[in-house]
Amino acid sequence: MSAGLVGSFPGGLVLEGHKSLSNQTPIRPAGLPARLIFPLRQRNGEDAPLRVSVGDHVLRGSLIAGGTHLMDPPIYASSSGQVMAFEDHDLPHPYGGSNRCVVIETDGQDESLPPLPLMDAETYSPESLLQRIHEAGIVGLGGAAFPTAAKWLKGEAAIHTLIVNGAECEPYITCDDLLLRERADEVLRGTMLLSRCLDCSTILIAVESDMPEAHRALLDTKTALGAQAAAIKIVQVPARYPAGGERQLIPMLTGREVPSGTVPAAIGILCQNVATVAAIYRSVIWGERLDSRIVTVTGDGVKTPQNLEVRLGTPLGFLIEQCGDYVTPDRQIKLGGPMMGHPVTRDTLPVTRSVNTILVTTTVGPTPTPQPCIRCGACVDVCPTRLLPQQLYWHAQARQLQATLDQHLFDCIECGCCDVVCPSHISLVHEFRQAKQTALARQQANERAAHARQRFEARQARKLREQQDRETAAQQRKSSLSQGASPKIQEALERARQKRASRHLPPASEDAS
Amino acid sequence: MTPDFLPPPDSSSRLMLTTPTKTVMVSVIMALMTGIMAQIWHGGPWVLIQCGLAAITALTAEATALILRGRPALPALMDGSAMVTAFLLGLSVPCLAPWWIITLGTLFAILLGKQVYGGLGHNPFNPAMVGYTILLISFPRQMTDWPVGHIPLDAVFRAILQGGENFRPDAVAMATPLDALRTGIFMRQTLPEASWTSAFVQGDGWINLGYLLGGLWLVKRKLADWRIPLSYLGALTGFALIFHWADAARYPDPGFHLLNGATMLGAFFIATDPVSAATTPRGRWIYGAGIGVLVYVIRTWGGYPDGVAFAVLLMNLSAPTLDHFTRPRAYGHSR
Repeated sequence: MSAGLVGSFPGGLVLEGHKSLSNQTPIRPAGLPARLIFPLRQRNGEDAPLRVSVGDHVLRGSLIAGGTHLMDPPIYASSSGQVMAFEDHDLPHPYGGSNRCVVIETDGQDESLPPLPLMDAETYSPESLLQRIHEAGIVGLGGAAFPTAAKWLKGEAAIHTLIVNGAECEPYITCDDLLLRERADEVLRGTMLLSRCLDCSTILIAVESDMPEAHRALLDTKTALGAQAAAIKIVQVPARYPAGGERQLIPMLTGREVPSGTVPAAIGILCQNVATVAAIYRSVIWGERLDSRIVTVTGDGVKTPQNLEVRLGTPLGFLIEQCGDYVTPDRQIKLGGPMMGHPVTRDTLPVTRSVNTILVTTTVGPTPTPQPCIRCGACVDVCPTRLLPQQLYWHAQARQLQATLDQHLFDCIECGCCDVVCPSHISLVHEFRQAKQTALARQQANERAAHARQRFEARQARKLREQQDRETAAQQRKSSLSQGASPKIQEALERARQKRASRHLPPASEDAS
Repeated sequence: MTPDFLPPPDSSSRLMLTTPTKTVMVSVIMALMTGIMAQIWHGGPWVLIQCGLAAITALTAEATALILRGRPALPALMDGSAMVTAFLLGLSVPCLAPWWIITLGTLFAILLGKQVYGGLGHNPFNPAMVGYTILLISFPRQMTDWPVGHIPLDAVFRAILQGGENFRPDAVAMATPLDALRTGIFMRQTLPEASWTSAFVQGDGWINLGYLLGGLWLVKRKLADWRIPLSYLGALTGFALIFHWADAARYPDPGFHLLNGATMLGAFFIATDPVSAATTPRGRWIYGAGIGVLVYVIRTWGGYPDGVAFAVLLMNLSAPTLDHFTRPRAYGHSR
């Protein structure tokens, strides 16, 4: 079962999967909603620059925003229609907030632009592939939505290992499982394409041990592809959450840890989600832009849980209708799985590239009140980053920011393992997110203060310099006068002195003049 | 300070893979039962009176302190931690000690050992051991009178209700094996009867076995850390072995130490109190071993017959330092 594993990761939890809720039926294309909503905020916190104005008619594939640089992948319209407005909408993001969105009213024609120019899969260069990934608007589809082209470029080291991540470790989520069952061919061919381009020596595709159908599909397709796919190793990893996190997957498959504060590319490893690899394949072979993704709609709060092929921008409520609507009006929606997902209150939010799952649950019982931490250490045993959540919590509560940083606050991956084992029902991850935000805010304030000080000091120095310049200039003028640089002036002065003498006037002192 | 745009924690749909604190505390009291039964078997049911007095005092003190501190009293009373403290203290004082001994001790434990620091989770020392140590130092005579044999009922009530400076229970108070050990070593005498078999004569052996049984159940249910009892008992056994091997006539075998005094109660129920123990995995190994070593040293060369309370308090004191120096290497960091 765990053949091919060379290592392990600390902590983690074996969780009940609830996968069969949504993985029993094939992926179904979701319909076309009346309105599509595209949030402009990119992953780096900046708004993607707008490329349309209100009233414009757009086609499927029209650029509506972004595309200026690698951290700002383009956003494309996912159907034809008219740009109605730029409105503020809540964002489907763990840190919440609302931001400007482009709203498109679809016309039902679903006309599209021609695909991107086709690439010859055999002759492309790494640069052209990178360019295509960016152009197609591809970001990591595992949930983090990090721009794929930028991720690739981050490390200085050459990539020697490509890991294609199909280890879907969070309960309820099955979109990668279904993708692998139905489109293993795209994933394998995409993997081949990437590995050829990167020229890496080790190529691995990882699935969890509780995904036997996906594993079977990968093996069968690999056999069908023959010698060209021979270098690809398909590995099963234990179904222990969060095995599918890249920082957990990498030590299992390579025995190496990703150094803190760096990306895997820094140690020559590139980790890509299976759906991302399939999207890369489609963008190269068919010139497809990324304007849809597979979304798992699941949970006991929705009538027919299933996986849908969803156009980006589709409001959540539309998708839930497509799945037979809510079981009860009293429900809770989470984007993502129960562990790392985040709750949203309204179902008007749109699906973005980062939304892999809509988890609808019927509200259960009252929230348990947090009780004091008794330092039992259950959180320490499950932390996959080997942090001491309990100590971090203590320092965060005491607002000891530096102490939280010393305890590696920013290495916390917010997996939520500590939350579920805490006997005192403390929302540790929430505390850590808050502490992170406070730390970031303080860092920004410090930077602003440092910047302001720098400007102030530069201004002071400039003023001092200017004054000194003025003084030296005056000095020079003065001395040039007294020393009599010019004979003509000397003559004039001499004449004036004689005039004064002839009138019997006292000579004018230099100060008085 | 708090950014206002972070949504509130969502816990209504969150998974629970945990035993709530309250259940942990109730289980701890349940696990004590085998040991309490052994104690009743050998010393009579009077230990229950001590536990009852302690429980009433603990709950009253806890509630009063919480009300004075302006905190909701009910949830804290319901978490069971005050009850655990009360039981540990009730089991540690001599079963015929006068009522004001246990009352005073419990007040010290709850008020000075716990509430002054901010209540559950904030106390650096094990509250029960704070109370016990204050009692032991302040009232050494009452605290070392362990009666043996049959005691008439009226004597029991006289002892507990009226007990004062000049009251002695009718039954003969006998020196415990640990007393004998210390006196023997102090007087440079050889110990004819200090071995593991002697522990069963006075009942300490059975009591320790009782607590061992309940403790193992706690560890098996993962309600107590396994490292602390293991390293504690390991260190105690190791030290006893070394000295016994060097001079068997004066230093008793490890079994004697494991089965006498508060060894097992301390190992599974006192040292494992997570609030006052070290919290890192490596820290817990050192913490437990430190208690084991200190127990041996205090029993063998110290001024008191048993050393569990002092050993635990001393290691409580070093827990923050242990935590600081035994932080695990975080993922992706070299040190």
